[in-house]
Formats: sequence, structure tokens, C-alpha cells
Amino acid sequence: MSDYLEKLDHRTDAADPSYGDTEIQNYTINFGPQHPAAHGVLRLVMELDGEIVERCDPHVGLLHRGTEKLIEYKTYLQALPYFDRLDYCSPLGMEHSYVLAIEKLLNLEVPLRAQYLRVFFAELTRICNHMLNLGSHVMDVGAMTPNLWLFEIREDCLNFFERASGARMHSAYFRPGGVHQDVPLKLLTDIADWLDGRLPRLFEDAISLVADNRIFKQRNVDIAIVSKEDALKWGFSGPMIRGSGIPWDIRKSQPYDVYDRMEFDVPVGTQFDCYDRFMVRVEEVRQSARIMKQCLNEMPDGPIASFDRKVSPPKRGEMKRSMEALIHHFKLYTEGFHVPAGEVYVATESPKGEFGVYLVSDGSNKPYRCKIRPTAFSHLQAMDFMMKGHMLADTTAVLGAMDIVFGECDR
Amino acid sequence: MGHAAPKIATIDGIAEEIAALLGPMLIETIDHADELTFIVVRDDLAAALTALRDMAQYQQLMEIAGVDYPERAERFEVAYHLLSVTRNHRIRVKVSTDEDMPVPTVTHIWPVAGWLEREVFDMYGVVFEGNGDLRRILTDYGFKGHPQRKDFPLTGYVELRYSEEDKRVVYEPVKLAQDFRSFDFMSPWEGAEYILPGDEKAAVPPAPAAAPTPKSTEKKADTGAGEAANKAAETKSADAPAKPAAHTDEGKGAAKPEDKA
Repeated sequence: MSDYLEKLDHRTDAADPSYGDTEIQNYTINFGPQHPAAHGVLRLVMELDGEIVERCDPHVGLLHRGTEKLIEYKTYLQALPYFDRLDYCSPLGMEHSYVLAIEKLLNLEVPLRAQYLRVFFAELTRICNHMLNLGSHVMDVGAMTPNLWLFEIREDCLNFFERASGARMHSAYFRPGGVHQDVPLKLLTDIADWLDGRLPRLFEDAISLVADNRIFKQRNVDIAIVSKEDALKWGFSGPMIRGSGIPWDIRKSQPYDVYDRMEFDVPVGTQFDCYDRFMVRVEEVRQSARIMKQCLNEMPDGPIASFDRKVSPPKRGEMKRSMEALIHHFKLYTEGFHVPAGEVYVATESPKGEFGVYLVSDGSNKPYRCKIRPTAFSHLQAMDFMMKGHMLADTTAVLGAMDIVFGECDR
Repeated sequence: MGHAAPKIATIDGIAEEIAALLGPMLIETIDHADELTFIVVRDDLAAALTALRDMAQYQQLMEIAGVDYPERAERFEVAYHLLSVTRNHRIRVKVSTDEDMPVPTVTHIWPVAGWLEREVFDMYGVVFEGNGDLRRILTDYGFKGHPQRKDFPLTGYVELRYSEEDKRVVYEPVKLAQDFRSFDFMSPWEGAEYILPGDEKAAVPPAPAAAPTPKSTEKKADTGAGEAANKAAETKSADAPAKPAAHTDEGKGAAKPEDKA
């Protein structure tokens, strides 16, 4: 104790008033990995100057499951369910890129009804995803009610997925060559009723609570402004690049399936801030509903999977009677199908942005390499420059407007 | 009609335009499945990508993907996927490298490359020269090895669990209750390079020592009995009935094993 007191004794010096002062360092905090506003297992190491964020280093990979490595050891069909588990908030958006990549390598034609069904359910996925994101964004900045209302819609979506595929979330509904099974007519009419009634009523109600809300605007307007040049440099895509004023939508510019037959508008931001990103997503929900209605109007009857028996399995009834169908079924579910050697990069507009699959095939029944391009990776990387000079409390608004899901970011 | 994957309009003469732009930096152009791949000289990568961004309007770097080909001298391929939002076109630029040769960084061209390069480094061990923040990104803190390499086992080397004694998470060598089962479904009619289980019995073994080719004694010297015995045999054969030599051979039952099978 005497040493300590002696030390204190010498900390004052009349001649030098700063003698003994401690240099104050920037305060470093850990945000996450277990934080309700981190949207999963994100660890942000933040250097604060008072309440101002000086530096922000996101640590990702806490949910890394080695999906890409696992896919290399599975047949093409067995690898499909892994895609549901990437972005578990919009599973069909992930599957879409993968099945299109396989079809591109096989140069496989997909029946029209299957293409319509895929677009239809991809847009339902977009609504489902945005319900979660808009709701949690609103909740992160302090409002409780809209989140609960939007979850009502999300629950409806999940019920529709269950009726189509049997699974609420991990549907594994899209298959190379089409979709897994046809949907009952009652499901389509129910979704049509929902699109006309319940969805706009609940959704517009919930959004009207926040869109012009003073507190919500104070938390989001002019937060994390990203210019067009920065958005291009940082590899932004989806609502993030549209929020930065670039009208880029892969559904429009590089249409896949039947998106070229659809009429829809691409919303863009004008102030390039978090509020714009929020409002872009809000408008995308309305446009998705518009696309779904067009699908319902135009969807033809017909087969829902390719007739190429080397890729898509035969029907159950056919298998009971035809020896050849039985052989095909057996071969498809043991050996799987072989994909000609080559490599493709197929990117689709997932609800969160450009979700790409770089598929390298060596001609065998397993992918030689399947690189997944997550949307969150480039967005989260920009966190550092977007947060610079903002307050600590803005972190949740910026994160919420990015729409990050760690299943996809960490793979 | 063909596949339903994203339709990207081909730009006439784009391959020639880029080849002229890259000049000697370009090694090879591959046009496969409507996608253009340009393989460039590794050391000129940054210059090539700068030229593509500034002169050919490829504004965005969407992805950097590593691929491992262990049988090649330069085993790693690093593929850069570029997107032009003004020309609505995608291309791929590739370089190859090995464990030691560094690839020049492109973080000064696109800041997004920072994490993408970190991921390739983490997964493959490819070093990017000039990237000031080449830490691991997806694997655990203190992880060893590069998991996406083809020689890295799927199960990895370590597993972790919560230890009740130590009151913390401990790392241990991975213990598997069952061997990793790798099913190979290659059809034997399409060139499987191994013997199918059960087939080893049907395969022809090399001629065993127990059943040598039948010894023929067409000449006296072949009998190996010696001069005296040969003489005795000659006298005996005078009164014996003449028989063709080949016939006696068959009767001995010393046929080759294949015949039995």
C-alpha cells in the first residue's frame, strides 16, 4: 500500500500541470457476437471517440459451416438443400441461382409453367424476406408494433410455402429442370385472395406507422450516405445499390426464367441514406405483389419439370408400371446426374442483392467447386466506411438497412 | 429455347476489344457457355483489371473465387468476376498461382476486394501482395490449414466441445465414430478405375505356380532323365503303340485355370 501511496504522491508537480495525466485512448467495444440488433452472430469491434464511431471492424465467420466444402462431396441434387440454409430468411432466392447454374451447364430447357412457378415463389420469398427485414429494421430503431404486424404477413408466407412444398422454411422446392411438385389450384386462389386483401391491408397499415414517423426519420434520414461511385466500388447490389440511386436490377437487365414477361418498376433512392434503402424495400414488396398477380394471370397449365429423364425424376405412378422409370429413379437418387465439364457464374436478384453461384464442373456427378457469392459480404465490408463519424446508436440503423443474414455471409 | 438462366446479351467483338486492350498481358481467351474468360499474366493482374475498369467500363468487382487443381504445377486458380452496369455484361479474369507465388492485390482498384482476397487466402492460402489486412476471415481464431484445398479432409483435424472439468471450450483431435464414407457411383461401363466390390474374385489372377504350363517331352533331352534312361525308353517305345504327343498332354488334366472358370 505504501508504494501505491508514494506513487500517487509524485503525481502532482506544480511546475508541470500535465504531469501524471493519463493519455485517454479511444474506447474500444465489442458489439456482439450475441446482440439482438446484430441480426445473428456478428462481432463488431468498434473504436469509439466518445459516442462517435472512429473505426469499425466486423468479425464474421462465427456461423461458418463449410457449405462450399460439403457441396463438393455431394451430388448436385444433394447439394440443393444447403442453399436453403444459407440465407434462411429467403431460401428460394438462394436455390434459384443454384438450379439456374446447373441448367446453364446442362443447357436444360425448363417448361413454362415451372418457370412461372419459380418466379411466383421467388417473389413470395422476396415479400417474406422484406417482412422480416423491414420489421426488424424498424424495431432496431425503437418501434415495436410494425414488426409484430409484419410478422403476421411473414407467417402467411411461410404457410403458403408449407402448402406448396411441405416445409415452412427450408423448402427445397426448386429443382434442376423445374420445381419439385405442382401446386394445388386452391393454393393459388388463396394466394390471389391474400394478395388482394390481407397483404396490402396489413402491410400498408404497418408501413404507414413508420414511413412518415418523425422518430423513425430522425434515426434514418441522412444516416450512412453512400454515393453512386462508392456503391460501385464496394460491390453493392440489390436494394443497397438501388438505394444509392443506380437503377440496377438483374431481374430487369439480365432476365431469367419469365422475368422478361413481367411488368414491374425498379425503385431507386434519391438521398442515398438508410431511409432510402428502407423505402426501396417497401416499394419492392408492392412490385413483388404486382409480379405475383401477373404470374397468376398468365401461368399456363403443363408440366412442372423437364422431360429429360436423365435429370428430373419420373412420377411415382410411372415408376410403379415402367421398369425404365424405376431404373431412372434409382440412378438419379444414387449416382445422380452428370454435368458436362465447364464453369459458369450465374447471379440472380435475391431479396438481398446479387446472389451468385460460380459452379465448376469436371464432368462427374459432383460439383468440382461451388463458390457462393453472398450479398452480405460486400455490404458488411463497407460497414467501416459507412459508420465513420456516426454515433454508436446509428449502428443498428445501418445494419438494419443492409439486411444481413449470417447463414449466407459466413456460409 | 435452351436454359432459363440470366440472359446476358453478347456484345459483338467484345472479346477482340478486350484482347486488344490487354495486349501482351492476355494469355488466353475462353468462350464457354456464353461466358468470356480471360486468363492473364499473374504479375500484370492489377494493370489488366485497372484497364478493364477504366477503359472497358467494368465498374464492379462482384466476386473473387479460388479453385484448387492439385495436379497442376500452379495449383490454384483465382477468378475475378467483373460486372459492367453500363454495358450490362459480365466477364471473368483468371490468374493461376501456387502456395508461394503471391498474386498482386486489387484493393486499390476496388476496396471490396479486401474481404474477398482475405477469403481466398483463408480458404486456399493464396497470398495477395499488397493487401495490408490479410487476416483469416471465415475460419476460427487461431485456425490452422486452408480448408478448401482438395487435400484438406472434409472432417478437418480438430473438434471442439465444452469441457465440464475445465469450464471452457476445449479443442481436441477429431474423433469419428464411423469412417468417412465416400460413395463412388461411377458406372463400371463408363470407365471406373478400380475393381468393384465382389469383382476381385472374378478377376483373372496371375498364373499360379501350382499350375504351370504342362511340360512337354517331345525331345529326349526334355525328359531330364539322363542318357541311360533315354536309352531304356527307346527300347520300350519300340513295342508300345504309337500315340500322338498332344493327346497325352490333354489327358493329364493340367489345363490352365481359365478353362476351369
